[in-house]
Amino acid sequence: MTIDWSAFTPLSALAGGALIGLASALLLSLNGRIAGISGIVGGLFARTAGETGWRLAFILGLLAAPALWALFTALPPIRIEAGYPVLIAAGLLVGVGTRYGAGCTSGHGVCGLSRLSPRSLVATLAFMGGGFATVYVVRHLLGV
Amino acid sequence: MNRSLFSAFLAGLIFGVGLLLSGMANPEKVLAFLDLFGAWDPSLGLVMAGAICVGMPAFYLTGKRGKSLFGGELKLPERRDIDRRLVLGSLTFGIGWGLAGFCPGPGIVATGAGEFRALVFAAAMVAGMGIFRVIESRRATSDG
Repeated sequence: MTIDWSAFTPLSALAGGALIGLASALLLSLNGRIAGISGIVGGLFARTAGETGWRLAFILGLLAAPALWALFTALPPIRIEAGYPVLIAAGLLVGVGTRYGAGCTSGHGVCGLSRLSPRSLVATLAFMGGGFATVYVVRHLLGV
Repeated sequence: MNRSLFSAFLAGLIFGVGLLLSGMANPEKVLAFLDLFGAWDPSLGLVMAGAICVGMPAFYLTGKRGKSLFGGELKLPERRDIDRRLVLGSLTFGIGWGLAGFCPGPGIVATGAGEFRALVFAAAMVAGMGIFRVIESRRATSDG
């Protein structure tokens, strides 16, 4: 393993992470809900009374974040190398997988680990493992 | 706008800014973390660490309080069991994550930044969640 020191951004990573933690703390302490993005989006399909408004408001906040950012400074780079077929396959896998696994990077990785949930620890190890293995196969075995 | 909608919007907004600041809305940077055997960028690990450092005390204090500051009930996952669905679902999510470098939050934030490829990913993700919903409701009917 070699660390790419030129790409490593420890300060903005910690600061951005702290904001993500703050947002999760706000949603929990004010709304009493877990800031798990896949659960918030996927839960819309259930159309439970009283559970739709806050979900849409949170998603709207996520969508509006780049506009707020752009008021102050240029947006950071967003480089998406995957082509459309890969993006569609990835989206389907992420959608189905996060619902069966009951959470994603935010719900299990941030909120669940913050609550010391054993289920979230196992889920986080599984999706990290899946991600590491996939990138290994794609970049180092297939050489794409 | 009532206060619970506003707080959910604010939480989403801060969450999105945190993703942008940490560089996690950029799939290239996420994939550089998942590429353990290439030039490794550990930033994502620090994002999670920063988020958990802020999240953990908030989850502890709110959990002790037993209700939200707005007086509503806390909706926290209560399951503790680790089953095949959790592990296989999370692995599936991890494979999709590793293919494109997007998990749900960054997919939505990058869509808000006007990235058409992110929109394609997000649309496929929502479709995947819908497929899960259809499969689950069919299963419930046939079990019924």
